[in-house]
Amino acid sequence: MNKDLIKKVTVLLIFVLLLSVPYLMKTYDEFVNAEYFDSMEEVQERYGFYLVDITAETGINFTHQRATVDDRLNHILPQISSVGASVSVVDFNNNGLPDLYFTSSEFGSMNALYRNNGDGTFTDVADAMGIADLNIPGLGASMGAVWGDFNNSGYEDLLLIRWGKPELYRNDDGVGFTRVTDEAGMPGHINANSAFWFDYNNNGYLDLFIGGYYHEDVNLFELSDTRMMPDSYEYATNGGLNYLLENQGDGTFRDVSEESGLQETRRWTLAAAAADINNSGFPDIVLANDYGVDELFLNDGNGRFRNVSQEAGLGFVPKSGMSVAFGDIMNRGQFAIYITNISEAGVLMQGNNLWVPARRSSGDVPRYRNAAGNMGVEIGEWGYGGQFVDLNNNGNLDLYVANGYVSGEPGTDYWYDYSRVVGGNRNIIIDAVNWPAMDGRNFSGYQTNKIWLNDGAGRFREVANVVGGALNLDSRAVAYADLFGTGAMDIIVANQHQPVKIYRNHVTIDHNWVSFRLEGRAANRSAIGAKVLLHWHDKQTLKMVSGGDAFASQSQRPVHFGIGTTDIVEKAEIFWPSGEIQVIENPELNRVHHIIEPQATVSN
Amino acid sequence: MSFSTSLPEPFSQITIPKNYIGPILISGILFAAHISFGILDTWTKLFSAIGAAFITELLLHRFVTGKWRDISSAYVSGISAGILVRSPMIWPFALCAAISIASKYVFRYKGTHIFNPTNFGIVVMIIIASDSMAVLSIQWGNNMWAMLVIWIVGLITISKVNRFNICATYVAGFLFFAWIRSIYTGGSFMAEAAPLTGPMYQLFVLFMITDPKTTLSTKMGQNVVAFLIAFVELFFRLGEAVYAPFYALFIVGPIALIFEKWWNERKQDAASVVR
Repeated sequence: MNKDLIKKVTVLLIFVLLLSVPYLMKTYDEFVNAEYFDSMEEVQERYGFYLVDITAETGINFTHQRATVDDRLNHILPQISSVGASVSVVDFNNNGLPDLYFTSSEFGSMNALYRNNGDGTFTDVADAMGIADLNIPGLGASMGAVWGDFNNSGYEDLLLIRWGKPELYRNDDGVGFTRVTDEAGMPGHINANSAFWFDYNNNGYLDLFIGGYYHEDVNLFELSDTRMMPDSYEYATNGGLNYLLENQGDGTFRDVSEESGLQETRRWTLAAAAADINNSGFPDIVLANDYGVDELFLNDGNGRFRNVSQEAGLGFVPKSGMSVAFGDIMNRGQFAIYITNISEAGVLMQGNNLWVPARRSSGDVPRYRNAAGNMGVEIGEWGYGGQFVDLNNNGNLDLYVANGYVSGEPGTDYWYDYSRVVGGNRNIIIDAVNWPAMDGRNFSGYQTNKIWLNDGAGRFREVANVVGGALNLDSRAVAYADLFGTGAMDIIVANQHQPVKIYRNHVTIDHNWVSFRLEGRAANRSAIGAKVLLHWHDKQTLKMVSGGDAFASQSQRPVHFGIGTTDIVEKAEIFWPSGEIQVIENPELNRVHHIIEPQATVSN
Repeated sequence: MSFSTSLPEPFSQITIPKNYIGPILISGILFAAHISFGILDTWTKLFSAIGAAFITELLLHRFVTGKWRDISSAYVSGISAGILVRSPMIWPFALCAAISIASKYVFRYKGTHIFNPTNFGIVVMIIIASDSMAVLSIQWGNNMWAMLVIWIVGLITISKVNRFNICATYVAGFLFFAWIRSIYTGGSFMAEAAPLTGPMYQLFVLFMITDPKTTLSTKMGQNVVAFLIAFVELFFRLGEAVYAPFYALFIVGPIALIFEKWWNERKQDAASVVR
């Protein structure tokens, strides 16, 4: 009898112990990470920086307005029109100061180009420059913008993507813009949410990638059919085509999408970026696809892209890809790839992907493994833009991740209705009519953006609530730039149907940095695709000039390196897209170096 | 009484023990789904769940009874946890499987366990670890043919073990209450019925509510319970619970089992008094 009782009690104890595992893990985690600070100076001392929301002081007063679509989609409007807030950093007038371009989406609402006045304030000059009124019935609603000097004039030109026709604006010496969409040969209607500039054939002229989300036959403003939703939540095959437009060097572009191999799938591409990840000398493409797997296309240098997603190890698990960013997180001269997805407690736990190069990578196809869990950057929430940026100039790339889908009426929730339909059969999920009405309900809204600090030893630590960047708007695009000439990367966040936020970064003065503003000659003048390998303190840190990345964003053009308390940099190797390799020995610290291909010139 | 089921010609010489039909069926569905859609993130998670189920079953059974036992039911629990749990981490898979098996040794009435183990594990995990995991509901393919094949193969196999009536009653009950819900909420019937076409229900209907150990002994009783599960689920759905069927089974299943045992004892007692 006693023996029986002992057995029962023992089994019960084992059972209780099993039940308490999650609680014990969480308590331990909270105990280990508990920190309290009395002032932001203490935060700066601990983490090397803090952020302050200075939106009001900058004079930037921009609120994104979401697009109104066909009446038959009104019942789910907030999720259909859940994107369109974008930010791109550009020095459009070549005065050395980063300016900001924001998109709105509602017809009649204006996009904004905020000129940096150099005194901490900005002035919207979009209307005067002719690039404000771009949300027009019949032409489309803005979804994003990327800048690149497509005609090598020395001034950055504007590509605007829309749910509608993409627009190309030529920069006229920084004093105005001219619409050159038609003569340049831009394609017709694309429901685009991603685009970037890159020189895919290294001929010195910037080409264009534009990613389609909804099928290009779908006009969201005048639907011909409500069967336009994804045909599967994780294996959708009815998304928009992707486009590759080859710059002919005479102001025109040729559509080489089909022959390039980029139209073999119809995934729902929500974000895309390019980098030469296999050191072939040609930029490759990574796609973050909603309702599907991530994709990697290797550039063979002969005009073709090869889909090696599965071979590379990142094309197996379908999730909801929202953002693509490249970063050398371990200072080993190799890019990791960060792709955000959705994690909603108890309902959908996809986890973000941090694809790091596997040690057994060999040949022309690199191998990747997902290290997001091991490195602590897996569980975000409903993620959008995920941007690598060294926030404290300590030489380790940190992560800023935008979160939050649709902030509706507090206390309500749409997840139940959503889960009913998206788990259903193809014929149900594909038809918008079957989607339950949102009725103003909250849908993964009021989520806080994440700031993950890289400890340089393979772990990231979430500090948003401590360092001052805990924004809980429906954030979409995230960009960084040294807006105030302090040598720190400030953060700009575009929020859906909500105001833009600007965070000034206060970095400890103990941390040094060095920046390179590159200008191509044989290579494209924007130097997009150029890589800089910094040799410092027995480390090799790789960065590149991007033509657009993360989600609907483009960050500052100069390549910025924090180096912590190190007071000397051995050299910077610059790998120009033209193949030229340039070496800058012992670059002076704490300044921006203006480097013109092929030889270095005096800094500004 | 034979505990095997015959296969059609030309495999009539081969018989499959009844307690292996479940494991074979669920393995088949899993492999088909993985080949078609790659539903398993990694094999590691599945093997963690199966391994945890095996270890828990073997150790607890040995500890409680002093004997080793067949692990076919632990395999079903483990593989079910491996499919149903969705998490980027590994530990929720193992923990769910371990809790599922452990529940069999804790919640018992008159010598048998009263909860469907995997259903218990899933419900408890939703309560204690929802910030680390979710349950398979919207994370699978939406292909109609794959769905139909799984349903047809599953139902044929289930009928071999005399559980078809449970599935049919539950499906009929679900559709009936989906219609009621659509009238009550003013929503479309298609949206209400949609979950039934998804993967979570394929597993729920084919495996959970048909589990021989936690279903009633009479056909009538089985049908009533299946209908009651759909009925209780109605209220959870009106309360917008994403995992309504699991909660419904969690409540109805044990009550039905306890009631049946109590009722049978009462009948036996009455019969013995008469004699």
